Amino acid sequence: MSSKCDKAADARECVVRRKSGAAETERQAFGKGMRDGIPIGLGYLAVSFSLGIVARNVGLTPFQAFLASLLCNASAGEYAGFTSIGAQAAYLEIAAVTLIANARYLLMSCAMSQRMRPGISIWHRLFMAFDITDELFGIAIARPGFLNPFYTYGAVLTAAPCWAFGTALGTLAGSLLPARLVSAFSVALYGMFLAIIIPPGRKDKVVAVLVALCFAASFAASKLPAISGLSEGTRTILLTVLLAGGAAALFPRDPEEET
Amino acid sequence: MRNPYLYILIMAGVSFAIRALPLTLIRRQIRNRFIRSFLYYVPYVTLAVMTFPAILHATQSPAADLLALCAGVIAAWLGADLFRVAVLCCGIVLAAEFFLV
Repeated sequence: MSSKCDKAADARECVVRRKSGAAETERQAFGKGMRDGIPIGLGYLAVSFSLGIVARNVGLTPFQAFLASLLCNASAGEYAGFTSIGAQAAYLEIAAVTLIANARYLLMSCAMSQRMRPGISIWHRLFMAFDITDELFGIAIARPGFLNPFYTYGAVLTAAPCWAFGTALGTLAGSLLPARLVSAFSVALYGMFLAIIIPPGRKDKVVAVLVALCFAASFAASKLPAISGLSEGTRTILLTVLLAGGAAALFPRDPEEET
Repeated sequence: MRNPYLYILIMAGVSFAIRALPLTLIRRQIRNRFIRSFLYYVPYVTLAVMTFPAILHATQSPAADLLALCAGVIAAWLGADLFRVAVLCCGIVLAAEFFLV
């Protein structure tokens, strides 16, 4: 597609096609999504495995852990929920804890709403919403033009079962995998994050500086007396609102240059 | 123990509502420049905040994590895709821990 877009005469048409997503068939998008879902699934296996161990510790069965992961698709949210289950929390409390731990998905859903093709059906909206996670949101939003539901479905189809089965396995098997492998798997998720946040910095210097600033601020927040006492989920929410808000106030983006 | 299935159902309901409400209710383009810019920056900030310093505690050895972080940043900067960066980081941790742990 890029080679066609190099021609000045075709430029306008290419922009239109890219925005409409017509240059990519549903099947192609689905396949691409499945492929991009592989590293996410690998990372999920390792992370959900340790989440399964938490589920076991609070007395959930492998099936219950599987069900929770299949329906919730949230690392921090499920961890907070499982802990509350272990503490025999009130039902209202577990709802509030889940809400706070997952608040960033609300922001991501807002961001996605701005990239939906006009007139797309409510079913696509609901199904795309079901598995908004840091990773699946990241790879979907990183693509140009309107979001393609089929790309998301492909990625979800690869990643979501890994998440659910990994949790059940963790509950079932505990620490059966060799520590070396678990250790190596665990870093996959972060490698993936880097692949999402680093490349845009080449074109957009604000993003490059912002990412460096986030690393520093996040490190400081994990050490400072008052803030480090907050849960990781709460710190993420606070820093996200502060830093993204600051960047938006100081460096508002020109609507023309938006992808 | 209270009913674990009811717990799980509540967790699932709240998790879904948070994700589905904005995506189904916000139908028009947000014109406000600040909000648009804010939403543009949010994913980079959230992921960056969650990556560091958490990556240093991901594996058995912070030194291996630091190596993986540096390699991952360089590889991503040079244009390696998602899968390659993730595999590279895993490989580096696996190799480094043979010497470090």
